[in-house]
Amino acid sequence: MTSIKPTSRVIIVVASLILIVGFFVPLWQILMWAPQYPEGLEMDVWYNDITGDVKIISALNHYIGMKHIEVGMFPEFQYIVYIIWFLIGFGLLVAISGKRFMVWLNAGVLLVTGAAALIDFYLWGYEYGHNLDPTAAIIVPGMSYQPPLIGTKVLLNFTAFSGPDLGGWVFVVSFCLVILVIILERFFFNSKKA
Amino acid sequence: MKRKPIYRSLFLFGILAPASILFQFCKPKGPAEVATGNAASQAYVAPGKYDEFYNFVSGGFNGQMNVYGLPSGRLFRIIPVFSEDPTSGYGFSEETKPMLNTSHGYVPWDDLHHPALSTTNGEHDGRWVFGNANNTPRVARIDLKTFRTAEIIELPNSGGNHSSPFITENTEYVVAGTRFSVPMGDKTDVPISTYKENFKGTISFISVGKEDGKMKIAFQIKTPGVNFDLARAGKGPSHGWFFFSCYNTEQAYTLLEVNSTQKDKDFIMAVNWKKAEEYLAAGKGEKAKAKYVHNWYDEKTHTATSEMLNEVMQLDPTVLKDMVYFIPCPKSPHGCDTDPTGEYIVGSGKLAALIPVFSFTKIQQAIANKEFEGDFGGIPVVKYEAALHGEVKKPGLGPLHTEFDANGNAYTSFFVSSEIVKWNVKSLEVLDRVPTYYSIGHLCVPGGPTRKPHGKYVIAYNKITKDRYLSTGPELTQSAQLYDISGDKMKLILDFPTTGEPHYAEAIPASLVMPNSVKIFKIEDNNHPYVAKGEGKTNVERKGNQVHISMTAIRSHLTPDNIEGVKLGDEVYFHVTNLEQDWDVPHGFAIKGANNAELLIMPGETQTLKWKPLTTGVFPFYCTDFCSALHQEMQGYIRVSPANSNVPIKFSTGRTEAPAGAAGSK
Repeated sequence: MTSIKPTSRVIIVVASLILIVGFFVPLWQILMWAPQYPEGLEMDVWYNDITGDVKIISALNHYIGMKHIEVGMFPEFQYIVYIIWFLIGFGLLVAISGKRFMVWLNAGVLLVTGAAALIDFYLWGYEYGHNLDPTAAIIVPGMSYQPPLIGTKVLLNFTAFSGPDLGGWVFVVSFCLVILVIILERFFFNSKKA
Repeated sequence: MKRKPIYRSLFLFGILAPASILFQFCKPKGPAEVATGNAASQAYVAPGKYDEFYNFVSGGFNGQMNVYGLPSGRLFRIIPVFSEDPTSGYGFSEETKPMLNTSHGYVPWDDLHHPALSTTNGEHDGRWVFGNANNTPRVARIDLKTFRTAEIIELPNSGGNHSSPFITENTEYVVAGTRFSVPMGDKTDVPISTYKENFKGTISFISVGKEDGKMKIAFQIKTPGVNFDLARAGKGPSHGWFFFSCYNTEQAYTLLEVNSTQKDKDFIMAVNWKKAEEYLAAGKGEKAKAKYVHNWYDEKTHTATSEMLNEVMQLDPTVLKDMVYFIPCPKSPHGCDTDPTGEYIVGSGKLAALIPVFSFTKIQQAIANKEFEGDFGGIPVVKYEAALHGEVKKPGLGPLHTEFDANGNAYTSFFVSSEIVKWNVKSLEVLDRVPTYYSIGHLCVPGGPTRKPHGKYVIAYNKITKDRYLSTGPELTQSAQLYDISGDKMKLILDFPTTGEPHYAEAIPASLVMPNSVKIFKIEDNNHPYVAKGEGKTNVERKGNQVHISMTAIRSHLTPDNIEGVKLGDEVYFHVTNLEQDWDVPHGFAIKGANNAELLIMPGETQTLKWKPLTTGVFPFYCTDFCSALHQEMQGYIRVSPANSNVPIKFSTGRTEAPAGAAGSK
């Protein structure tokens, strides 16, 4: 079993610890603009909360039968925090063990977590955009209002944008650092072993 | 009788006809000057772009404060101040009625002449704008965070609060000088002909709270009976002094047109208010009985309170020396304006053919050297020449008011010759003149009355418009004209109509006001006794013959929207809370047959409409502000039953039930 270089260990530690930043900044953002909202409306998703103009967005969305957005509709918020602590702990464990295969495992865990989060967000968006109140004031036949997963989408009078916020980017950076270690170990720190 | 030869007549005709045609060409043209050059682009503010200045323009006989943008001349808002406003419910809602309370009861109208923007160190600070009520003497403070009237204080011992609401350099005081002198104290029922003996004037100094702006009459200075007209505080070196123009030193009480214009000179009254403060601190003031009210609006309870006050502190300058002096000023002075340096005081005798400019330094020397020509009502009169810096010769006819730019120039309005004249304050030399359309009263340079004028424009506020716009019957609009003063010559760039009759106006850079604008009232901070902070908190409650409905409004329904159990003879109070927490989403409320007005409720606010039904039946109510796509669905019904009926109180929204007693309802 191959051990990694001290430099790699440090990078892994950094990759783990920066996930703590996500406790202080939002993970994801959804921005919306309409003719009546030139200043835009904003919704920020955190590890365990939703903030921003949520009330206003809910008030507007009730016309088309969408549910009121509230923290209670996301059971994920109960355990996301534990998953994050697990990721941090696992990263530190990888650094301590210093085993190369553990680094691969670390990358895998991060990738799966990220993908799972996106799938979960997509499923919530699907449910939120499709499961509409049949007594809603405005019903446009064939129209659903699933927010974009990533990118921009026009929904009636609103243009919606969805993408990572600072916390999300930190997650991406964390993953990239782990990949960096794999590359370093594979191509640059390999000479000694040979 | 000999007949004149025909050729002579023909000859005469030959001469006269072309001559008369020529004469037609020589007739002077009308004064309709057209703006030239790039004027249109200078006043053009493209769609979606902002104006550079707010222009707070007095509404005159509409009793309100009008807010325009400069240089576009677009009207943004009419702030209700001294007149009730059915549009917003100001003066009609239970919460705002106390704002218009006076010692004479509820007064629904007044005449607002002069705005005064608050200053710190003599410069605009963008916190408040004050306004005067000319008829039933009062001063109002408008909060520039909300653009709403926050406070109104009444002035006792005053008749016609014209010489008001001018302010000191740090907004320490707002002044109020009475236009009409009146009998005061215990002896008010006196023959009018005893003016000289019984009629007195007062100048009130209203202190302004440093942080909260709260107004209080700190003291009144009693003066001989005259008419006070306008005023300005000293600034810089003259800070601590206040200058008031006064006319009718003849002390006439009838046909003032003739009887008050006999003397060659009236006065500018100089008041050393720092001295007045000393006398006050030394206990030299006298408490006088006086009834006046103080009204203020609480942004947390969204409710105004009116308090009756019973006494006022007075200072008598005939006893307390070195506090008040008169300075002779030609022919019924109107405007009395201090320049940005605080050294020069410009008096504008409205019947004078010159403009006297007084020097603060010279006034101080004259007082120190006792260069007095006598006294008036026990107050020393400084010698005219001793106080004079110089006179602007032949400036025009009927000088009224003077504003200043940052380059040492003055701009004086001339009502009779209908023009603005630019002159240099130091050299007293006339530099330029432009016509106004027509008969200018006040004028405004942005920051003109401050220590640091913003300059750039002068705006004329005119009394007569005649042929300037599409005509609208006998009653025509008043108007304003905007002139560019950035060059040597004043240049007309815009002409726009105004609401009400504009008197004085002030302009302030938008950057000092707009960033502080409140967008919503926080619903958590709402402490109204009948607030419903959510639809679950709505309620209908009977208290004797009063029915209190705590109702909510949110896009696009009212809760409750079905109300029963009201009986004939009841007084119904609709306390409507706007639950929105989003900018620019007011809701309105109106009910059929209401004898007052509508409510216009801002996000997070609660307002109350009182309604007394006169017949039984079912009455509709609805939201009057087009709030949303389903605004037209935002409606409800209230049922009024006979006085002796047993219909219970019942209220709901969104509940449908089988019609009671209807056939086949089982």
